[in-house]
Amino acid sequence: MTITSARPKSRTDSTPAAQAAGKRFYTPYSFWFYLPTALLYSVLFLIPTFASFYYSLTRWTLFDSTFIGLDNFVMFFQEPALVKGFTNTLVFAVVTSGSKVVLGLLLAVLLTSRIIGRGYLRSVVFFPVLVSSIGVGLTFQVLMNPERGLINGALGVIGIDGPGWLTDPSWALMSIALIDVWKGVGLATLIYIAGIVSIPREYMEAARVDGAGSWESFRRIVLPLCKPATVTVIILSLIGGLRSFELIWATTRGGPGFTSDVIASVIYKQYQAGFYGLSTAGNVILFLVVTAIVLPLNWFLNRREVDL
Amino acid sequence: MSTAELVNHKPGRNYLLSAIAIVSSVVVFVIPFVFIVLTAVKDRQQSADLDFAWPHQFRIVQNFVEVLEARDYMLVIAFINSTILTVASVTGMVVLAAMAGFVLQRRKSRWNPFINFLVLSGLIIPPAVVPTIWVLQQLGLFRTMPGLILIEIAFGLSFCILLFRAFVATIPRELDEAAIIDGAGPLRLFFRVIFPLLRSVIITVVVVQSVNVFNDFVNPLYFLPGDQNATVQLTLYNFQSQFSTQYNLLFMNILLITIPPLIMFLFFNRRIVAGMTSGAIKG
Repeated sequence: MTITSARPKSRTDSTPAAQAAGKRFYTPYSFWFYLPTALLYSVLFLIPTFASFYYSLTRWTLFDSTFIGLDNFVMFFQEPALVKGFTNTLVFAVVTSGSKVVLGLLLAVLLTSRIIGRGYLRSVVFFPVLVSSIGVGLTFQVLMNPERGLINGALGVIGIDGPGWLTDPSWALMSIALIDVWKGVGLATLIYIAGIVSIPREYMEAARVDGAGSWESFRRIVLPLCKPATVTVIILSLIGGLRSFELIWATTRGGPGFTSDVIASVIYKQYQAGFYGLSTAGNVILFLVVTAIVLPLNWFLNRREVDL
Repeated sequence: MSTAELVNHKPGRNYLLSAIAIVSSVVVFVIPFVFIVLTAVKDRQQSADLDFAWPHQFRIVQNFVEVLEARDYMLVIAFINSTILTVASVTGMVVLAAMAGFVLQRRKSRWNPFINFLVLSGLIIPPAVVPTIWVLQQLGLFRTMPGLILIEIAFGLSFCILLFRAFVATIPRELDEAAIIDGAGPLRLFFRVIFPLLRSVIITVVVVQSVNVFNDFVNPLYFLPGDQNATVQLTLYNFQSQFSTQYNLLFMNILLITIPPLIMFLFFNRRIVAGMTSGAIKG
């Protein structure tokens, strides 16, 4: 009894004393443990990020740079090809993350209900997440071939004349979004399943006692309690969608023309063409777009979550 | 609703819904993979039809050998390169992120909010490409494998630190205290006491990040161009023009680079799921 009462007292005494002693106070949690991480992270991530703000304002050859003010940004928003890349990025991110939320939630509800082959279905829906984007892109490029592809062949059987998917300018971006959803919906489903499984059974039982049907309990229980999962899916797929490059590069390389270009592919094209300043300006724009969308959204969604 | 119904509340299995789900999963998710396999074993002429037909002849071995021999065994070299890249960068990530995550969780200081902010920005901010190349060139690491390894580590650290920080929180502090009383210094405490206890989260990190690094296309494209040290994802991209008339070889290549993630998935399904959802919810 004396020991248990003495311990907290001695702790409260020792804390100010330790603070007074300052750096001599011994801790086994050394700041040195941060050193390799901090070094690598600042040299290869933070310094380039800060440097990009300066070099985006220059004409740059990697060896010397001339300061040209905001010319790169002006060019970015005057050249139709580049403006198209900017709007495409937003459209692509919104379409893919919206579809992933809806389809992911539906699939998660389906895969937590009592159906046969649940384990098989979960695996099959999730596996494309682990396949490389380039492999998926090239496969779908063949499947979506307008004349000989499997998809249009199958649509032809049921009497639908399929579009030119990746070769038709008005379809190209949406086709890539479709492939992206095919590949990425498994992760959204997984996050939703984790959310649904964590809802206590009692809530559903209580709702049943009160006479709620399955739609009512989905609408009033599953949907609100899955809000953290929804926030995660939206934020993750928006970040991924705004930065997406691999799938687009594997399927259309921004074509036909520049109708499926996004900021990330513009960055690569300008880099290849040797316009390093313009490429870096694209990077800064991408940075601003991502932070301007994700940070307020994150704040907004998490604030609403507290209200519940 | 009767009490019996309420107690025995599990409804029967819905057979119609199950059938619809399984059929549509086969159409949407399984057929593309079957298509990859079928095309990979067809002969050159038949593969050019691009259709979903049974192969006239199975050329598994010939296609396999041909795709390996293409361009002076480029795919073999690429597999070696990708293995080196994956092993080295994932090892680096695990050690560095475990150390950082451990101190970040244990030591409360006024720097913590700032460090957490940096970790999160690493997840959100797209890396600035050309300035990174510029930095690598200053260091003499541009177009080298060590340079690419360091890049992969730097870009993957944030995700790993979040996982490690969350896991370290479940290890009781009394263990640290006991080790310190027994005379362990900071390094010994971490490497001999804490690090072995992190085993399960280390497996998760290793599995998730090795799939990520192995599948990475953008970073090798920017930071390690050139045929000699191509990674497997780049070979696919390089072969695309050469194989435009040889779809069987292109799909054999796709099949080969899909096998490592498939093996990971078969053995570590639960780990991958745990890592991706927990990391996702924390981030």
